[in-house]
Amino acid sequence: MTAILETRGLTKVFGGVVAVKDVSFQLHKGELLALIGPNGAGKSTCFNMLMGQLPVTSGDVYLEGERITGLTPRQIWRKGVGRTFQITATYASMTVIENVQMALMSHHGEILRFLPFATRMHRDEALALLDMVGMANQAERHSAVLAYGDLKRMELAIALAHTPKLLLMDEPTAGMAPKERVALMQLTADIVRDRGVSVLFTEHDMDVVFAHSHRIMVLNRGELIAEGNAEQIRNNPMVQDVYLGGGTVFASEGAQ
Amino acid sequence: MEFFVAQILTGLANASSLFLVACGLSLIFGVTRIVNFAHGSLYMLGAYIGYSLMQVLPGMIGFWGAILLAGVIVGVIGVAIEMLVLRPVYRAPELFQLVATFGVILVIQDLALIIWGPEDLLGPRAPGLRGVVRIMGEPIPKYDIALLVITPLVAVALWYLITRTRVGVLVRAATQDREMVGALGVNQAWLFTGVFALGSALAGLGGALQLPKGGADLMMDFNILPPLFVVVVVGGMGSLPGAYLAAIIISVLNVFGVAYMPQSTLVLMFVVMIVVLMIRPYGLFGREEVAGEHGQAGEPERPIKPASDKIRLLVTAGIVILALLPLYGSSFAQVLTTDILIFCLFAASLHFLLGLGGMVSFGHAAYYGGGAYVAALLVTHAGSPMELAFILAPLGAGLAALVIGWVCLRLTGVYFAMLTLAFAQLLWSLVFQWGTVTGGDDGLINIWPAEWLKDTTIYFYFALFFAVGGILVMRHVAHSPFGYALRAARDSERQAEATGINTKQVQLLAFGFAGMMGGLAGALFVFSKGSVFPNELEIARSFDALIVVFLGGVKTLSGGVVGAGVFKAIEDVLTRFEYWRLIMGLLIIFVVILAPDGIVGSLRKAARRVGGLKAGGEE
Repeated sequence: MTAILETRGLTKVFGGVVAVKDVSFQLHKGELLALIGPNGAGKSTCFNMLMGQLPVTSGDVYLEGERITGLTPRQIWRKGVGRTFQITATYASMTVIENVQMALMSHHGEILRFLPFATRMHRDEALALLDMVGMANQAERHSAVLAYGDLKRMELAIALAHTPKLLLMDEPTAGMAPKERVALMQLTADIVRDRGVSVLFTEHDMDVVFAHSHRIMVLNRGELIAEGNAEQIRNNPMVQDVYLGGGTVFASEGAQ
Repeated sequence: MEFFVAQILTGLANASSLFLVACGLSLIFGVTRIVNFAHGSLYMLGAYIGYSLMQVLPGMIGFWGAILLAGVIVGVIGVAIEMLVLRPVYRAPELFQLVATFGVILVIQDLALIIWGPEDLLGPRAPGLRGVVRIMGEPIPKYDIALLVITPLVAVALWYLITRTRVGVLVRAATQDREMVGALGVNQAWLFTGVFALGSALAGLGGALQLPKGGADLMMDFNILPPLFVVVVVGGMGSLPGAYLAAIIISVLNVFGVAYMPQSTLVLMFVVMIVVLMIRPYGLFGREEVAGEHGQAGEPERPIKPASDKIRLLVTAGIVILALLPLYGSSFAQVLTTDILIFCLFAASLHFLLGLGGMVSFGHAAYYGGGAYVAALLVTHAGSPMELAFILAPLGAGLAALVIGWVCLRLTGVYFAMLTLAFAQLLWSLVFQWGTVTGGDDGLINIWPAEWLKDTTIYFYFALFFAVGGILVMRHVAHSPFGYALRAARDSERQAEATGINTKQVQLLAFGFAGMMGGLAGALFVFSKGSVFPNELEIARSFDALIVVFLGGVKTLSGGVVGAGVFKAIEDVLTRFEYWRLIMGLLIIFVVILAPDGIVGSLRKAARRVGGLKAGGEE
């Protein structure tokens, strides 16, 4: 079976600094894969290369076996990859549902239409998406006044608008309250299960990572140093060393 | 060779005051993020004040003392402007301060007229520096030599101030991150005032210093703006060495232009600017602006909605009342209303670009005047029937907008704005200097509408149809998927691009569309007046539209139209007075301070406070 997403020897060099070095991994259908690592490990650089925002120095990215290295973010999106941002990026002058409708209009290739009223387009579809993320009751609110957690959920609805096969989430729970984090990741896990979407996400919160991911990859100084399930990662001495200089916090947390 | 050297020396001397003024503008922009349009006025004040001081202060010491004093006095005037006019509006939406500075321009214009009269003043020669020296056989005025020495000295002093002193550290820090500087306990208000004072003083110095070469006149304020913006942009915003180098390049180029290609001196400057920006988008020494991901500054715009039945009814009623004007209004009222309608269409087209697209164009007159000239040229040179010219004018303007937009959209923020201004000025210079085709300063006349439109009332209906039609079309487009995509690109380019929207394409089309609508306004204008002159392309015309859009309210759909209607009507009343600019300027400043959300925005806020408007309602 071809992987949904595969990278081979992904490398990024800034000047003389090797930010990402020879990263190769596969993401399978229906998988919730976490990419973790300390600050400066190269997670965001990796992400930006996957999304086409940053040109790769060498290596390749494949989407279902098709090489997508060097494509623009727009082209990659058209191939069925959705993304959410570490710092939310939304249309502040629009209502919640309009934010989602915008993505739907783009998906249906209707950006250059001048005649219809945008507010009447794909309303049901947008509502269904909002319902999925639990935002249907706030559909008509002005998005600029939303609470941060709600904004994140709206962004998730936007990212799901073109029914992507792959969803990339850059620190989806950054800046959220602990309760909201659990809720959002539970939502993501449900979507993965119900819709067969595959998810790659970066995350700092280890509770979130261990509780929700199927598989975990650890990046340190641009290199993948470990890969496995929560248990394997927790007990991996290299990972413990990177994160805590050999501390035992993971083990005690694992008891929950 | 001798001639060559002499030309270069003259160019270098001419660069002197341009450099000083540009430095001031650059400093002020760097720290306060205000594009100070009134900078040309401060330069003009420097010249006038210097002139008056030289009349009373005798001798060589008096002359140089007068120049220094002029700088100091203009600096103090700058402080007054900053504290009285700008401080109250720092929190206003991005670029709103432009309008305030434009009000200042009008006030200073009339004050200068009242104090110094309409006559051009011939600058006194510098005592002891009246003659020429011969360098390689070519005569060079001694004063030019003095300027050649003074400028680098001032440049080094400024450089020392900025890079070596504590004040300089604060200024540079504020240029990079205002918030952080504030958080570290620096009193931003006084830092801003200080920088404004310094920048103004430099402008004043520049004005006084060029007295022996250029004198003082009432056109100085606008005349310096194009080269000033070119220098600042070519050099790179906020860069002193950049401003110095660019001032020299532009001045030397200008001297050679006068010698070899007198027909194209004005055009040359803008061509250089465009070439530089194509190669180095942020100027010779400039760095890319770190544009935040905030979309619009300040409070986000409220969602828009298609007009409700009630609103539609109101708008229809308004149009009916307008359409019945010939029944109750004089022929003069019809002409006046035609003017207002045309201006509303022009302003609405800029608002489409600026409000919905977030693209601040400083040169929207290019398409208005451009449309007018396309029509006039077709009629004059091709003998085109009016109907054909009227159709081709908006298309021509739209095409020009597509080409210009394609170049300008490589840049963002203030560089984008400056580049649009440069293109507008380029068109203006082309029209102004290409007299054989465009009539130059004499304009093109006898551009009358077709026989069936000759009657004032019929032309009024013609203008009403196209102006209202154009405005309604733009309004509808705002509600279409395209209009939404345009706002999406403005709100968050990152998200728009990540969800498949080609933001540059959308913005370029919007630019072309707005240009076309501006061209339509221009075509309506030229056939209503029967003539067109280069001033329809000039900076002041672009500013008119900008003021109106800001005063009406950028973040409201009807802002442009309402602002234009109010502004044009007031202007018509005021221009009957001798010093109408003074009143108009004060009025603008007044509105800016009292209603920073614009007329429509502030009315809506007031209404919401009263409770008369449901949350989320659009006008």
